[in-house]
Parts: sequence; structure tokens; C-alpha cells
Amino acid sequence: MQGILPFAVRRLVWAPFVLLVVSLATFALGRFGPGDPVETLQGQYHNPEVVERIRHERGLDDPFFVQYGRYMWDVAHGDLGTSFTYTGVPVKDIIFEKMWVTIQYNLVALLIIFAIGIPAGIWAALKQGTWQDPLTISTFLFFRSVPVLVIIPVLQFIFALKLGWLPSGGWVERDILGLKIGILDKRIIMPILALSLPGIAGVARLMRALTLQVLDEDFVRTARAKGLREVVVISRHVARNALLPMTTIVGFALVGLLGGSLFVESLFGIPGIGQFTWKAVLNSDYDVIMAVTLITATAFIVANLVTDIVYGFIDPRVRLGGGGPRY
Amino acid sequence: MAELVLEEPMEEARPALGATALRRLLRKRLAMVCLVVILVIYLAGILAPLVAPYGYNKQELDNAFAGPSLAHPLGTDRLGRDMLSRVIWASQTTVIISAAAICTGGLVLGVGLGLLAGYAGGWVDNLIMRVADAFFALPDILLLLLITATVRPRVEDLFDKFKSWPVAGGLVGAGAPDYFLVFGALALFGWVGIARLIRSQVLSLRESDYVLAARASGASMGRILARHLLPNVGNIIIVSVTFSLGAMAGTEIMLSWLGIGITYPHPSFGGMIYDGSELSSLRAHPHLLLVPATVVALLLFAFNLLGDALNDVLSPRRR
Repeated sequence: MQGILPFAVRRLVWAPFVLLVVSLATFALGRFGPGDPVETLQGQYHNPEVVERIRHERGLDDPFFVQYGRYMWDVAHGDLGTSFTYTGVPVKDIIFEKMWVTIQYNLVALLIIFAIGIPAGIWAALKQGTWQDPLTISTFLFFRSVPVLVIIPVLQFIFALKLGWLPSGGWVERDILGLKIGILDKRIIMPILALSLPGIAGVARLMRALTLQVLDEDFVRTARAKGLREVVVISRHVARNALLPMTTIVGFALVGLLGGSLFVESLFGIPGIGQFTWKAVLNSDYDVIMAVTLITATAFIVANLVTDIVYGFIDPRVRLGGGGPRY
Repeated sequence: MAELVLEEPMEEARPALGATALRRLLRKRLAMVCLVVILVIYLAGILAPLVAPYGYNKQELDNAFAGPSLAHPLGTDRLGRDMLSRVIWASQTTVIISAAAICTGGLVLGVGLGLLAGYAGGWVDNLIMRVADAFFALPDILLLLLITATVRPRVEDLFDKFKSWPVAGGLVGAGAPDYFLVFGALALFGWVGIARLIRSQVLSLRESDYVLAARASGASMGRILARHLLPNVGNIIIVSVTFSLGAMAGTEIMLSWLGIGITYPHPSFGGMIYDGSELSSLRAHPHLLLVPATVVALLLFAFNLLGDALNDVLSPRRR
């Protein structure tokens, strides 16, 4: 266990560097890109003086690095900037509201991914060598292969247009104990389905591989030899051990779902962070783009770090870091 | 690149004898079917000018929204353009872009940087892998959006200079700047996954006796990388290129769906799917969605299955 602390520190030292690269790249792309948020805001027939005044007020006429430095300074003090399109509203006031919408149904999708993927993986591993194993895995692989922007209209075609069971989109919130909950409506069924279907394959395959590894262990043979029922062997001895490394991918899976949210939200009309970001890109709403990028990148780096460390704890054989000769 | 990191960790691939691996692959009927599907779509794409029965922009306005017929096996779209021809031309777009992005981003950058990071270690490794982390940490769709939106005017300016040249001018007219942009953006992201896989393999390979022997006999780093390490990660390269080709095609489709990839008048799967998935069009003319959706589903599924089969065949230690 000695290797873990220095390793964690080393990664922590690099984390700000990664964030710096990410933020600088995004900032530069936004500032040097086409489209001017002030002109978007003022419309086609704008008054040049007003544009000039707003640009000055927002500091857009300063040199690039001054702007960047000021933005990062504000971020470090908890200020994520001000939106252009939602005139003058601080980004953090909108962004967390939008994120809450997305996180709600993403969490449900995540639960479903694991609830289906884990049993499916174990089942496939137990059926290794028969036709059930490749069939199970390929079925889920199919949904992973097909882009979500194909899955969604097909789902809408089947469930909304042909069968008429579900509405084709929308987002209805209910107030429960002061929280706005949107996942208790049948409108959310299709978005969750569309988001979770592609994710199952990854979990199922990993679980299959882990189960196969454990099935070879001596303690499984012992458990069988002493006459335990197969159900007990699988649930107590195999599944429990195979599940351990599984815990490390939860963070990644959640961050990964965010990418699919853009398509899910624009096709189903859900007012979440994906749709919000897409609109921000179209309107060159700099501060919103920066805030989303920074938050996502931070989440990813934290997930990465936690995963590596947890994995190191669970399986000390994992080599941490790359440098230097092999120990 | 757009993938979750949910893949099962790829087993250390031992170099199998090429012939044995090939024979084992040939015995997998499903993999062969996938290979045929991929080859058919790729060939149709490459030979589009010869194979497509109509031009991608040939309109028959009095025959719009037609169902399948002898003249138009897959029907026509809202401008009476032949769907089969449009699908074939769209596969050309996908083939050109994903193949180009893999050759540069995946093979040159990815393999090169992976080998270097794994073998050199130390700060070189740290720098390369942290940059990879930065690429990985970004919401890639967001960055692709920003890049293509930002760089497009500049690339178009650049290409405009060649407009008067004889051959290059034709290319520009044919939408070369679009292709260049999307391919460039994809290549920029395409190296990360492959580089990581190769690096982790090289980390263990560099401790092997034959590398030690090569180093002891005074081989340069370049020689060790090219002659000793590269051949031994060949299996990984084949497998991950197969998966990446599918992933790249998927990303290209997403970009053109968002309207920042290949644009009018060139057909692309993303654009066709976008047009077909409006609810009104879906209700009245589902074939506008189902035709491109089926081809895309087949192609990407085939890449994934083939990748799996190759992975099985090339790493004999896995059962």
C-alpha cells in the first residue's frame, strides 16, 4: 500500500495543469472564434455605440491574457461569470439548475445500466461456450454501436407514433419536499431508455470478464466441493468478488453519460445542461461554455483520480504511474 | 474516442503466428459476415461515382417521397432524390473521413506517442499522458463543436487561395475544406485511446529480455521502438484500429447531425438522419430515417463485432 500516497500526490499536482490546459484551450477557442456574443445579443440592426459600450463594460476589448487571467481569478473566487444570452444572470445561478435536471435522469439511467449490466454479465459468463453468451453480449453491443441519435428517433417512431404509449418528449417537474423532481413522469421513460441502452454493453462485458476470472479461483472450486448450492456459490463467492473492481467505473460511467445528454435533451426537449451548452455554443456565450467545460473537466479528473486510487487499494498488484524502472 | 472507459481491460496480447490467427478468424462465421458488411459499405463508398445509380443531387420533384420501386430500390426523399444513391455517397463521406483520421491521428500520432511514452518513461511519459488526460477530460463533442466552428473560416480562407489552381480548385469546389476540418478535428482526438493502450503494453514489454539484449548491444532508441517494440504491439494496433474506425464513423455522423460536419450539398449520414427524424417526417415517411439508420447501425455494429473477434483471435491467452 506504500505506493498509493505518493502516487495520489503526484496525480494531484498534475490535475491543475490539466485544468489549465483545458481552460486555456476553451477560452482561446471561444475568444478567437467567429460570432460575437454582443452582436448576437443586439440583433442584426445593432447600434455600434451600444455594442462598443457593452464590449467595454464586459471587458471584451482587453488583451486576451488579461481577459483570461480575470476570468480564472473570478473562478477561483467562486464566480463563474455572467451569461450573455440570459442577460446579466450569473452563470452559476442557471448552470446548477440545469445540471440538476440532467443529473436526475442520468442517475436513474446509471442505476438501470448497472441493474441490467451486472446480472447480464454474470449470466453470460456462466453460459460461456454456449450460444447464450455471445447472443447476450452482442445484443447489448448492438445498442452500444448504434449512435444515440439513431436510437432516439427509432424509439420515438415505435413508442410515440406507432404504439402511442408514450409522449414523444417533454419535461414535467413536480415539487417534492422542496426539490423539483422531473423523473416521476412517463415522459422521462424514453430519454432514460435511450441513454441507458448504449451503456449496458460496457458494464455487461466487464462483469463477464471479471466473473470468468473469479470462476477460475480455488475458493470457488472449494465452495462447490463442499456441496454449496450453485446459487450460493454464485451470489456469495463469485459475484461478490467480481463486483469489487466494478465499483471503480461508476464515476466514469456517470461522466460519460453527460456526453449523450446533448442529443437526448435536444431530441426530447429536456431543459438540461446538454441543450443549454449547445445553445451557448451557438450564441458564443463564452462564460457559459467555460463554466461547463471547467466543471465537466474537474468532474472527470476527480473521477479519474478516485478510480486510480480505489483500484490501487482493491488490487495492490496494479502498477501505479509509469515513470522509472520496474520495481 | 467518445467511448466510456467501460471496456474490459484488453489482455496482454501475445503475438500469435499470423497464419494461425488468420485461420482462427476465418473459422468465425459471424466475424466473416461483419467483414463482408464492412467491405461492401466501404467499396460502395469508394466506388460511389461508379456504383451509385444516380447523382446525389439529381432531383425528380414530381417523384418525391416515393416508396421502393424498381427505379428507386430504397425510395426517394423530399426532393425526389434517390435514397440508395444518397446512402452510397454518404458512405463515401464516412469512409474518407474515418480512414484519414485513423491513418494520421490513430496510427501516426497514437502509436508514435504511445511507444514513446511507454518506452521513455519519466517526464516524457508524464507530459504525454497528462496531455492525453486533458483531451480525455474534455467533453469531446463540445470541443469538437468549438474547434470546427472556430477554425472553419480560417481553413476556408486558406483553401480559397487554391481556388484558381487547376486540380486543387476542383477539390475546393467539391467541399474539401469541410472534409479537412472534420478529419482534422477527429484526428486531434483519435490518438488518445490508442496511445494509452500501446503505452501500457510497452511498459511491460520494455522490461523483456529481448529489449534488454537490444539495448545492451547498443541499439538506438529509435531502432528499439521501430524494430523490437512496434512489431510486438501489432495485435493491439489491429484491434484498436478496428474499434476506432467504428467510433470515428460514429463521431463523424454526430458532427454532421449537429450541422458542423460535411454540409450541403454533400450527403452525409448525420444530415440524412437529422432530416428523417423530424416527427412530421417520421410520421409520414419513416423510410427517410430507416434507410440511413439501418446502414449506420449495420456498419458500426459490424466494426464492433469484428473488433471483438479480432481481440479473441489475437490474444490466445483469453478464452
